[in-house]
Amino acid sequence: MEAIAHLVAAASATKDPNSTGAGLTALGAGLAYGFAAIGPALGIGNLVGKSVEAMARQPEAAGMVRTTMFLGIAFTEALALIGFVVFILLKFA
Amino acid sequence: MIALEFPEINSLLRWKDLFPTFNKIALIAVLASVISMVIFILATRKQTDEAPRGIRNFAEVIVEFIEDGVIMQTMGKEGLQWTPFLLTMFLFIYLCNAPGIIPFFQMPATARMAVPMFLALLVWVVFNATGIKHQGVGGYMKSVLFPPGVPKALYILVTPIELISTLLVRPFSLAVRLFANMLAGHILLVTFALLSEALFQARDKILIPVGILPFVMLVFLTSFEVLVAFLQAYIFAMLTAVYIGGAAHPEH
Repeated sequence: MEAIAHLVAAASATKDPNSTGAGLTALGAGLAYGFAAIGPALGIGNLVGKSVEAMARQPEAAGMVRTTMFLGIAFTEALALIGFVVFILLKFA
Repeated sequence: MIALEFPEINSLLRWKDLFPTFNKIALIAVLASVISMVIFILATRKQTDEAPRGIRNFAEVIVEFIEDGVIMQTMGKEGLQWTPFLLTMFLFIYLCNAPGIIPFFQMPATARMAVPMFLALLVWVVFNATGIKHQGVGGYMKSVLFPPGVPKALYILVTPIELISTLLVRPFSLAVRLFANMLAGHILLVTFALLSEALFQARDKILIPVGILPFVMLVFLTSFEVLVAFLQAYIFAMLTAVYIGGAAHPEH
């Protein structure tokens, strides 16, 4: 994590907020999170939709389905969150 | 147009030290451990009457939640010996998350990487040690690197993936999930608080009523953070249980 921060800091060594480098960093920061959110968005939507379907078909299995759903969400969501961390590093580091 | 002054990320996250090497994050972490200890020390006092009440009732609810909601769902009955560990994890993480919405603290301690990273490393050590204790070094490495039921030729592909995902990605994603969720929530709250403050104090009188909108969003997000603080602690405890259960009984 620290190493990435140093790389980013070296890439955008100039402190002038109006320079091209700073502009590109800001653009990259926005795009990083935007693109990182696409896949997990589809994934979580699909996952929760299917889980609701399963719970509606078999209400007695709802507890088990809910636990598995939360686990799946946790794994899928991590991808979007890594994108968010990249955003933080690009924007502020 | 109004100019919105967004503060440096460090001023959002770093406080002046209360005294050297002790800042507010450390204060929250210490408070979290002290509060959870006090709850359970008070709960284990001898009671004369039969039915539990007061703080003992509360402690029993938490223990039952961990046993029924986390362990029985993931590890089954033989995992009940892990209740103390998972209970400690859950309570500590929840009490570190909760100050994110408590006035005057307004900062989840888990939004600094140090706390989630240390917790994830602890979980990493515990689940690997459990696997080695139950299956021996060779057996554990075999069940991690060569999962049964895979055609022999595929091991060229499966073994490196399993090695990276079990030993490197698990602790990393465990730490980053908790950290990024809490940091994202904190930054969202800061953004909407700043926006409504800037609009309420705008020189253009027409902008002042518009400030209601980000303020409503701020209230909504604060209540959302109540949920997130609980959910992240729950998911951390549950993933810990899944990892430990998987290391102890690879056949499941």
